[in-house]
Amino acid sequence: MHHKCSDLKRRVLKMKKWGTAACIAAASFFSLSGCAGSTSGENGEVIVYNWGEYMDPDAIAMFEEETGIRVIYDEFETNEIMYPKVEAGAAEYDVICPSDYMIQKMIQNDLLAELNFDNMPNAKENIGAQYWEQSREFDPENKYSVPYCWGTVGILYNKSMVEEPVDSWSILWDERYKDNILMQDSVRDAFMVGLKLNGYSMNSTDAAELETAKNALIQQKPLVQAYVIDQVRDKMIGNEAAIGVIYSGEAIYTQRENPDLEYVIPREGTNVWIDSWVITRDAPNKENAEKFIDFMCRPEVALKNFEYITYSTPNDAARALIEDEDIRNSTIAFPDLTQYSNLETFRYLGTEADEMYSELWKEVKSE
Amino acid sequence: MKNSKLSRRLLSTPYAAWITIFILIPLGMVFYYGLTDRTGAFTLQNVLDIMSAEHAKALWYSLGLSLASTLICFLLAYPLAMILAGMKVSQHSFILLIFILPMWMNFLLRTLAWQTLLEKTGVINMLLGFLHLPALNIINTPYAIVLGMVYNFLPFMVLPIYNALAKIDPNVVNAAKDLGAGRVQTFIKITFPLSIGGVISGITMVFIPALTTFVISKLLGGSKILLIGNVIEEEFTQTGNWHLGSGLSIVLMIFIIFNMVISSIFDREGEGTAL
Repeated sequence: MHHKCSDLKRRVLKMKKWGTAACIAAASFFSLSGCAGSTSGENGEVIVYNWGEYMDPDAIAMFEEETGIRVIYDEFETNEIMYPKVEAGAAEYDVICPSDYMIQKMIQNDLLAELNFDNMPNAKENIGAQYWEQSREFDPENKYSVPYCWGTVGILYNKSMVEEPVDSWSILWDERYKDNILMQDSVRDAFMVGLKLNGYSMNSTDAAELETAKNALIQQKPLVQAYVIDQVRDKMIGNEAAIGVIYSGEAIYTQRENPDLEYVIPREGTNVWIDSWVITRDAPNKENAEKFIDFMCRPEVALKNFEYITYSTPNDAARALIEDEDIRNSTIAFPDLTQYSNLETFRYLGTEADEMYSELWKEVKSE
Repeated sequence: MKNSKLSRRLLSTPYAAWITIFILIPLGMVFYYGLTDRTGAFTLQNVLDIMSAEHAKALWYSLGLSLASTLICFLLAYPLAMILAGMKVSQHSFILLIFILPMWMNFLLRTLAWQTLLEKTGVINMLLGFLHLPALNIINTPYAIVLGMVYNFLPFMVLPIYNALAKIDPNVVNAAKDLGAGRVQTFIKITFPLSIGGVISGITMVFIPALTTFVISKLLGGSKILLIGNVIEEEFTQTGNWHLGSGLSIVLMIFIIFNMVISSIFDREGEGTAL
């Protein structure tokens, strides 16, 4: 859900904690400032709504220069903040980059337009077959979305503090690591861990299963040092904790900064998430929107974005262009998913289930 | 006569527009969402939900921590304000400046700085370790949250009290001394009662932000302690249930209004507002 809040990324990353502060500051106070300019490009405009710091600004500049289409670029912090704005039509957007389960919800509520793939040869050509397959979980006929970034959620641990090999979520319940564990501070990410630990689906809506997961999370709470989102990265780099639940896109960066860190996908399975481009049903500039998506699927552009944000790209042609062999073949950035069992993608569970999750999560947090 | 009325009305237009757009309309929306359900039908359920075990607990926690920090702020601020008020103008303005200076920096940055200071491998513990002293382990506990509240809101307590004390006519104090009152008696009977308006304003200005904060508990409490501010924030940003979030906000507003009524009773002269 929060796999990339706003801060991240190169420039700010260098500033470590201050970067995170800037993120929260921006998140809390400025929310989203639309850069609503008046002049449109010679070939019109396209209004893009993307995650914070989730694209190399140069890529946008290149698109504008080449096509003469002006890009109006707006950012969001969470899927849940993005959704009501789009639903209410308060702001008109052409292209949005939501996560898997949110795309499913938007399809269900008739907010998205079917894409014309004839206008997007690069998307058809370059995005790997397995990612289209994975997308069927939330977009069954691959009609509405084009994958942009993907990844897994796993355990990041510090080899100097954890001597045994880590391969299971159960390490997060190990008394020896009391006060050395960082958990994700968002409902579905936390429950994913609790459900997977007990062998359940992370899309469960079964009250008894969720109760078991909740009790596991309550039992774990005394061992948890803190519930965090982006800060897991800085805290792990700074040796503040031994084990943390983290999005794979952050793992490569943290390892670069602290070679003691190791990322694993637990054997009980985990969340394989995809953030994809979609076009809104009433998009004022649908053709430009398709041009924009297609441009982002060009191998060299996708590579540029990958290098900037370090989240795995589903663009096979772009991956082939990665010069650093270690990264091109990194099992963190590009794990062979066939080796793992019980991998799932979040699905939208409906309002009632959402409220049940939220209720149980509050019980965990107020314990 | 008529002319001046008209110009007064014209002059107040920007302010009225400001109030309407940024206060009345948003407030109306909070009430609309808070008092309806997803279908748009009227309901009190969102407000009554404050009684559920988790929400009530979060509210009690918020009240407890914000009262504790208000009390600590008061105990720290009053002596400081007295010292400042007793100084010459040239001295106290410099000290006031030093005191206000950190407030020019963003509140979140200052809170995050505390996180860096308090962490297990943070600056304070590194110094303590260097001096072979035991480590300080208050990060991610309620103590760290109270510390963050006190640190961030202390200036809001000092300034109104200082304003109130500075306004006291020295002749009143001298008269008390002439009539034989001791230092303690002068303080209890003269100085403190005359500064009560500032004290109440200070309490309001510390208590309300402390009651509603969600950032401090997130950053310094490791998000392990759920305050009512956190509950409301999550309803908006994670669960997407604006109705419940607004309903709980209405409950918080009741506490805030209660607090403001008390302060307006004591603070008739509006000392606190003269920040």
